[in-house]
Amino acid sequence: MYYIDLAVTGISFGCMYAVMSVGLTLVYGLLRILHVAHAAVFALGAYVTVLVANASGSIALGFLASIAVTPLFGMAIYRLLYEPLLKYRPDVPMIASVGLLVLMQDAFRILFGEQGVTFHRNAFSFTTFNFAGITVSAIQVAIVVTAAVVFTGLHLFTTRTRIGVGWRATVSKPQIAASFGVDPIKVRYLNFAIGSALAAVAGGLVALLNNLVDPTIGFVVSYKALAIIVLGGLGSVRGTLVASLVLGLVESYGTIFIGAWLDRDAIAFLALILLLMIRPQGFTGARAA
Amino acid sequence: MSAYEVSIISIVGINVILAVSLNMISGFCGQVSLGHGAFFGAGAYAAALAMVATASVPLALVAALVTGSLLGIVVGFASLRVRSDFLAVTTIGVNFLFTGFVRKQAWLGGEMGISGIPATGLGASGNMIMILLFAALTIALSFHVSRSWMGFAFRAVGEDEGAAATLGINAGAYKLAAFGIGTALAGLAGGLYTFFTQFITADAFDFIFSVMLMAMVVIGGIGSTAGVVVAAIGLTLLPEAIRFVNNYRLLVYGGLLVLVIRLAPGGLAALARSVVIRVRGT
Repeated sequence: MYYIDLAVTGISFGCMYAVMSVGLTLVYGLLRILHVAHAAVFALGAYVTVLVANASGSIALGFLASIAVTPLFGMAIYRLLYEPLLKYRPDVPMIASVGLLVLMQDAFRILFGEQGVTFHRNAFSFTTFNFAGITVSAIQVAIVVTAAVVFTGLHLFTTRTRIGVGWRATVSKPQIAASFGVDPIKVRYLNFAIGSALAAVAGGLVALLNNLVDPTIGFVVSYKALAIIVLGGLGSVRGTLVASLVLGLVESYGTIFIGAWLDRDAIAFLALILLLMIRPQGFTGARAA
Repeated sequence: MSAYEVSIISIVGINVILAVSLNMISGFCGQVSLGHGAFFGAGAYAAALAMVATASVPLALVAALVTGSLLGIVVGFASLRVRSDFLAVTTIGVNFLFTGFVRKQAWLGGEMGISGIPATGLGASGNMIMILLFAALTIALSFHVSRSWMGFAFRAVGEDEGAAATLGINAGAYKLAAFGIGTALAGLAGGLYTFFTQFITADAFDFIFSVMLMAMVVIGGIGSTAGVVVAAIGLTLLPEAIRFVNNYRLLVYGGLLVLVIRLAPGGLAALARSVVIRVRGT
């Protein structure tokens, strides 16, 4: 039973990682920028969720508010920070992105306090279901369902709608897509909007899971997302999903096998470094460097 | 001098060594490292173990230097495999691995760190003078390297590896050299830090600290030794000089980092150069 419980934890964490990292994958796929500040968007989503939920008494309203606010923030990051830096080497926007993350994290600390903010009423974190002796919390179910909805929705959007197809076309062949009338700048904004909204959802779910939003919420998670998108073969949404689930499970089981000599959070980086050293082109063959 | 001034000057000296050594790797040679804190930490832990075991200052410094450099050369091999932003990610990973590993090691004191490290016997002022001497040597070495053939090769590799290779420059060897020298100095700074605090924990060498070092390099002007020294001194003293900045240190560092990259990518060095050009009217 213990091992099954670990699997449940691993899968729910994996789904959470997937929703969180998919925005990063989208940005990398389109602009070849490692958008580290995605974690700041994630944290902003978590804060908006908890603050609006506490003010209005409705967690659903909290999620809606964060889905409304974060895309604007994500698009502003693109417009004000990345667009002028696209002409430089890719490490330049990345360092700027790290700077923005550090700045935002400190801003959250100053505005909302070191201790963080908790939900006044969070019925979810105490509700559990029992399936044949395996205990699953309502939030774990919510995370898995959200991931399923997000990835199915993203798949349908990119294969069944005109904008979605134009988006995919721009990612693979920007010039040809433009000559077919797809506006590449609009696609970039769309990309940041969708990725940021998904990060906000993930942030809200993590806030519910921990029943706490503190300034460091996005921090370690953000670097894990970097590890995930590299492991998933840069720019591949499906690869991101697989890598997230694998990392969730490896961490979950890894804590019992190698937890004695390595921090849980360092496991992702061990995997990342090993992969980069053995196959710098990634699993799928897309060139990493 | 008050004890406070002595300790501030000591920290300034250590940060100068760290920023100048990072500038050799990232500025001269163009290999972005966001994990400089790990090499600093490796040196600090090596010096701590050496001091606890032998209480010999020279031995501890050699241990710190060698440990930092060895780890640096290992990470340097990564720069032969991945470039640019992916090298940056790898070095972030190295930093997290370092702190994640150290926190779990009983022989390194785990979460509690190593305390009760024997004093150097030089006193606080003596330590400060030693730190300043090493800082001066580091700056001199940085100017020397910058003017030497090696500095030329570093810059060639940093600008364009392919072009450097056609000039017969062995890019891989120079990248390893940059990492080896830069991280040896970071290890040395770690040893000096151990003498200074006599108490170390993994938290002092985390990724945030590495970002602050990178902020010093970028704000000073990536590749400019003088600019980086000025930025390291200024950014270390700023939170002390202006009290409210101390609470908002990361906000200020992060904000300056973003603003400088966005508005003045050359940093202080480029600003100073343009002022000089304007004054001279050329």
